[in-house]
Amino acid sequence: MSVRPSLAESPLLAMHGIEKSFPGVRALKGVNLTLGRGEVLALLGENGAGKSTLIKMLGGVYLPDAGLISIDGIDVQLSNPSEAIATGIGIIYQEFNLIPGLAAWENIFLGRETSFGLVQRTEERRRAEALFAKIGVAIPIDVPCGELSVAQQQIVEIAKALSQDVRLIVMDEPSAALTPQEVSRLFEVIRDLKRSGIGVIYISHRLDEVFEIADHVLILRDGEVVGESATEVLTRQRMIEMMVGREIKNEFPKHQHTIKGIRLAVNGLGRANAVRDVSFEIHAGEVLGLTGLVGAGRSETARLIFGADRADRGTILLDGVALKIRSPRDAIQAGICLLTEDRKSQGLVLDASVRENFGLPNLNEFSACGIIKEKRERSAFANYVDRLSIKIPNQEQLARNLSGGNQQKVVLAKWMEKNAEVVIFDEPTRGIDVGAKYEIYMLINELASQGKAILMISSELPEVLGMSDRILVMHEGRITGEVCDVANATQQELMELAVA
Amino acid sequence: MIFMLLMLVILFSLLTVRQQHPTGASAGNQVAKTIFAQHGKEAHVLVVTRSTDEDRAFAQAAVKRLKASGVDVLGEVNGSAADARKAMESILSEGKTIDAIAANHVTAKWTVYDRFPSVGSGKCVTPKPYTWPNFLKVSNLMGVANQTAIYAIIAIGMTMVIITAGIDLSVGSLVALASVSSAIFIRDYCGGANASLFMIIAGILLGIGICAAAGSFNGLMVTAFQIPPFIVTLGMMMMASGLSFRLAEGRSIPELPSMFFWLGRGVTFGVPNPVLLMLILYLIAHFIMSRMVFGRYIYSIGGNEEAARLSGVPVKRVLLAVYTICGALAGLGGIMLTSQLSAGDPKFGLMYELEVIAAVVVGGTSLMGGQGKIFGTLIGAFIIAVIKNGMNLTDVDPFNQKIVLGAVLTAAVLIDRLKRHAG
Repeated sequence: MSVRPSLAESPLLAMHGIEKSFPGVRALKGVNLTLGRGEVLALLGENGAGKSTLIKMLGGVYLPDAGLISIDGIDVQLSNPSEAIATGIGIIYQEFNLIPGLAAWENIFLGRETSFGLVQRTEERRRAEALFAKIGVAIPIDVPCGELSVAQQQIVEIAKALSQDVRLIVMDEPSAALTPQEVSRLFEVIRDLKRSGIGVIYISHRLDEVFEIADHVLILRDGEVVGESATEVLTRQRMIEMMVGREIKNEFPKHQHTIKGIRLAVNGLGRANAVRDVSFEIHAGEVLGLTGLVGAGRSETARLIFGADRADRGTILLDGVALKIRSPRDAIQAGICLLTEDRKSQGLVLDASVRENFGLPNLNEFSACGIIKEKRERSAFANYVDRLSIKIPNQEQLARNLSGGNQQKVVLAKWMEKNAEVVIFDEPTRGIDVGAKYEIYMLINELASQGKAILMISSELPEVLGMSDRILVMHEGRITGEVCDVANATQQELMELAVA
Repeated sequence: MIFMLLMLVILFSLLTVRQQHPTGASAGNQVAKTIFAQHGKEAHVLVVTRSTDEDRAFAQAAVKRLKASGVDVLGEVNGSAADARKAMESILSEGKTIDAIAANHVTAKWTVYDRFPSVGSGKCVTPKPYTWPNFLKVSNLMGVANQTAIYAIIAIGMTMVIITAGIDLSVGSLVALASVSSAIFIRDYCGGANASLFMIIAGILLGIGICAAAGSFNGLMVTAFQIPPFIVTLGMMMMASGLSFRLAEGRSIPELPSMFFWLGRGVTFGVPNPVLLMLILYLIAHFIMSRMVFGRYIYSIGGNEEAARLSGVPVKRVLLAVYTICGALAGLGGIMLTSQLSAGDPKFGLMYELEVIAAVVVGGTSLMGGQGKIFGTLIGAFIIAVIKNGMNLTDVDPFNQKIVLGAVLTAAVLIDRLKRHAG
């Protein structure tokens, strides 16, 4: 391990020889990490590499089995979250810790209200406004957080961390739910933090961002540090190889789809202001990319087609036949399925086994007279476990215990078994590591090659460009652009359409 | 859970060990055998018992056995000490001798024998006492099962509702509503005590049907109008209770035919009917919840309603069905209770909802939904019943009983939490 000269004496944060085991797993095997003042360290690794465990130790959620953590050269013991906060560590977890019913300012100061149990309403609101002004984002501070967009909630989390006089901030995939525009604003905030000497640990699967913001990169694999260096001496290719431990030639698998006639035709679809007069077709064997900023109406469009929400206007035709879709059940019966953007809250029953999750939409097939033929379900699922190389010890494993990539594969398996004609992917690779991403892409291509119609919603422009045969861009509920010549399109071009 | 139940059974068994006196036919046989062994064929024996059913069975068996082995039975007394004296007086006045008296542990203690110098209480032969816990006596265990059956039956529906992350507070009032409505129907439209079997069945189905309809109403409010189940069923609880009192005008309705009582008090294959019905319903419910599509849907809705809906689960239909089933089972509980206590009464079922929810929770079902087992609820119901029964047998003050039950409920949930945390 190289010692950085500038940090030789006492770095802001030093973690040394950190070990942690859980029943059956050695999550961390002697990890060393140093972070200097005003430095941005990118923590990379596939899901399950140990990043989250490492972060949770800084947050006081887990105690290390062995190893030392020191802040400014002083050893600290972080045995609960409030100690971590008192030490000056702010952590923004992937799953937000906001109370949905409370307003932004109430969330920011939650648990730290001063003056004898009375809430200092004016003072807190003023400080909240000041924080948002500093970040440079206008957040309606009186709206309950549950009604804010994911991106807005993210900003509230950052404001909350900043309000605590932090010396270092950990951000676990902060950009996952943000649009490129919002990401660049986030980076401005991070650069501001740097200037004031705050250390930042930045976790992301988006390597472009790492190159843009990180000074150093630390790569974990299977609980060990497999690489550490300054960002500028690393290549994208090299980072990926270190993360997955093998060579990867293409991030996006090459595909030659034979595109045939129209399968799904959407005409004049609308719902209030969220989706306005949306019309498009998807052909057999085509992957249609749909992109735009968060809140542009992409997911909302998908939910209308799937019957998760009711459309006010518009028609949907599958193979020329008009569909009457009033519920997801209708859509599924018609042959449309949706892989939702939020697997945990919408895609899976986390406390049910993966087999039961797989079976849920397919129980008609796996039952007779209402009695489940478990054997049939089990063997069908075993097929997919092999085919999609889902990593589970057995079929009774709870969905909760799987990594993001494996969870997505379970969701995919359940819809593949349903043999739907139209498959809608909403952010199919969000929170999924590089290795699993590639596998998901392969499966999307496989479905297309079977002549199915694929709609792929994504905020990641490289993904949209790499995977789609044709791209639609939405803005404020309308389709504002169509890109047919994907091979020669650029991110710039898509961005311009998205902000229209 | 089952471990906890076993521990309680062992605890109360140890606490209630007492000397037991055999009764009935087997005791009679035993005494006859002893007399024959002591005195042989030449003995002259008097049999003395009280006039209870058990004692008569004892006397009959003793007399039959003695006669079969050729022993002279001088007489059989089924009554009081005075009756015994009269019998002895007349026997002795005829010049006969009394060699032995077949008695049980009560009649042997009478002092009447010592009035006759030629007899004396020393001539009494009694069945041999043995040591056994009062708790483990078959009659006690059957009593516990019988009392628990109705709670347990209602708890099936409650378990389903709670697994969907809902709650049903109306079951107690529905017990009263079913009781009152079926009893009134039989009294007013079917000739009361002279009602035919057909009309009895109609009355029962009416009671259950009304409760099923009330359950459907709960389900409809929850699904179509998104009103929280707690509120909907709280409203139903008050409405159903008020309606029951109104219909019955606050009185109990005893004008019921005796055939009706078979349901709650009869015995089939040696098992009380409520217990048998409970076991059958639990087997069916277990099958539904573990093997059927409907059960899988119930768990998935409780686990993640949105994910279930987006997977094509007919969420509203399933919830409607679950609340209907819960209502119907509460109705069935009301019918069983009416049959057991031989009258319809608007005061039935008071606080049943809490007792039933306690059974479900003690049985390991999470109020957050998505998790729980039908047989866990059965065990939970029995844990509560065993604690109550055990405390009665050990003479715990009723006020203290309430405190203990409350503590047990809390402890059960706490243990469950700790286990889940560790695991």
